[in-house]
Amino acid sequence: MAKIRGSIVVNVEKCKGCEVCMVSCPTGTIAMAKEVNGKGYNYAFPANPELCIGCANCAMVCPDGVITVYKTKI
Amino acid sequence: MVQFTGIKEIIKPENLVYKKTNIMTKNILSYCPGCGHGTAHRILAEIIDEEGLQSEAIGVSPVGCSVFMYYYLDIDWQEAAHGRAPAVATAIKRLLPEKFVFTYQGDGDLAAIGTAETIHACNRGENILIIFINNGIYGMTGGQMAPTTLPGMKSSTSPYGRDVKTMGNPIKMADIIASLPGSYYVTRQSVHTPANVKKTKKAIRKAVQYQKLNKGTCLVEILSNCPSGWKMTPVQSNKWMEENMFPYYPLGDLKTPKE
Amino acid sequence: MEKELRLMKGNEAVAEAAIRAGVDGYFGYPITPQSEIIEYLMDANPAETTGMVVLQAESEIAAINMVYGGAACGKKVMTTSSSPGISLKQEGISYIAGAELPCLIVNVVRGGPGLGTIQPAQSDYFQATKGGGHGDYHLIVLAPASVQEMADFVELSFDLAFKYRNPVMMLSDGAIGQMMEKVYLSPHKERAKTVPEWATTGKPTTRQRNIITSLDLDPNRQELFNRKLLAKYDEIREKEVRFEEFQCEDAEYLLVAYGTSARVCQKSVQLAREQGIKAGLLRPITLFPFPTKRINELAGKVKGMLSVEMSAGQMVEDVLLSVSGKVPVYHFGRMGGIVTTPEEVVESLKSKFIGG
Repeated sequence: MAKIRGSIVVNVEKCKGCEVCMVSCPTGTIAMAKEVNGKGYNYAFPANPELCIGCANCAMVCPDGVITVYKTKI
Repeated sequence: MVQFTGIKEIIKPENLVYKKTNIMTKNILSYCPGCGHGTAHRILAEIIDEEGLQSEAIGVSPVGCSVFMYYYLDIDWQEAAHGRAPAVATAIKRLLPEKFVFTYQGDGDLAAIGTAETIHACNRGENILIIFINNGIYGMTGGQMAPTTLPGMKSSTSPYGRDVKTMGNPIKMADIIASLPGSYYVTRQSVHTPANVKKTKKAIRKAVQYQKLNKGTCLVEILSNCPSGWKMTPVQSNKWMEENMFPYYPLGDLKTPKE
Repeated sequence: MEKELRLMKGNEAVAEAAIRAGVDGYFGYPITPQSEIIEYLMDANPAETTGMVVLQAESEIAAINMVYGGAACGKKVMTTSSSPGISLKQEGISYIAGAELPCLIVNVVRGGPGLGTIQPAQSDYFQATKGGGHGDYHLIVLAPASVQEMADFVELSFDLAFKYRNPVMMLSDGAIGQMMEKVYLSPHKERAKTVPEWATTGKPTTRQRNIITSLDLDPNRQELFNRKLLAKYDEIREKEVRFEEFQCEDAEYLLVAYGTSARVCQKSVQLAREQGIKAGLLRPITLFPFPTKRINELAGKVKGMLSVEMSAGQMVEDVLLSVSGKVPVYHFGRMGGIVTTPEEVVESLKSKFIGG
């Protein structure tokens, strides 16, 4: 059976660390970084990238449009 | 650009499923973290992109947090005085009937100071789209009570909670507008979850189609959070919105076309 | 094409002239003594002929904001009202001035303050010439003194408005608006097919997006913008002063009056001269820019000036500034909607300057 794998790219400097993407992620891919970006926000990042299914939920709810999503079948 | 990426092998143009539309400019949104304004902007920008409306769109921005909306969407814009956007949009659409004309207004703008302009534009059935962001508070001026503030809800001008006996009741503008013969499509949505984002996008796309068909005024109310004004984290504020705003302002269509 | 001769009210002349000038949109709200303008336009129904939009708004506030929206599309748009309604429009007028939008606002003035009266007055001079709304700005203000000028100034107003990207006010009054006179109407002009490059008409791929706004939170940029406005007003002061002189060549006493008062004062000049008093009249046609220079020149030739206005004395302040202390300046005027008589003006002139 084909498995769907996804991957996200976070524009770290524009992320405001609101966590809305994190709670929208169905697989627990995203976590908030302990480090902060230039604006002082704990930005979102794919902490568990192997879990990503490329559903784009995170990107859809991101108020600042900082997430780009890719998806493929393997 | 600093990026944090997932599995690199998957990141190829042919695998792209979601990318911010180019209708959104490179300017960093002035909104607080987690604010629904950004999501609402992006949904609208996506529709403008997907429907090929960049050269047709004329937006009217309000006074409120989204006063600088013209920084964020790469289309022609007019900045209206507080509450007057529907009057401004009326003239634009009457003079340029082929264009896609919309206003984007908050609850202070649409439901307080601009009630006359809003109701009469809708009552005339002006062929415009009104996007109404209702977060029950005045965000830009620092969290004062809005006409849509819930009973008992605290704000800087209702520090002990909104007392409806002295401060009046929250006004349901979408319900009022739905009752007017001139309005064609009135719906209330939200943008706090992926499912709600999809529904809101569908609603705005419908409104765009109706405007092309000269059907009359369309109002898409978007319930939104105001983490700073409500003094909550963004995630808490979305939960609070579900628990408190949704019962008073139920989501769904208030008026749909008969045919 | 020849001009067409008609007998019309001043208000009707404005409406007909607007259609003929190729105006794109009129947005109004009824108020006495100027409701004939919107009534005439609704009856003429130019949507069927020139395509001009005529809309009765829900308020003066909505009407002026419709003007904002239409003007920002680069269209020729206008509104008309009378004093209390013009007060309501001031917010929008300030935004229009701040966004540098061209438009025409006609004020058929009635007596105030408050609801006041529905009779003619000139008590909105300060409001018209000193800004009116908030912030540092000026309207170009034209003062018609006849039905003919109410018609002619429509096109002139739009020419000036577009030339300077500045709102223009035609400051009329209830007498000129209501009275009937013969008027030569200009031939029909086609509505403009193009709009200025700053207009918001939808962003083509060939240009950056156009943004019409009066907002800038950066104080340095805002001050630069204020300076730009000042430079524009200075240019207008330099180039656009209009006035008319009547028997000023040998005048010893100068009456300064605009609009209806100027018509009265023409007669007063005759009456005074019959009594051996060498009076003359200077009629400002533009109230902003004010004919400061000319009045200052005349101050070197006359013994005194009398500003005649149907107000408690408003333009007199500009006359005083223009005269700069060279000769005495007084004000005479009736208020409350009463039109000054020529005889009263002569009596005032005599009592103030000659004695008795």
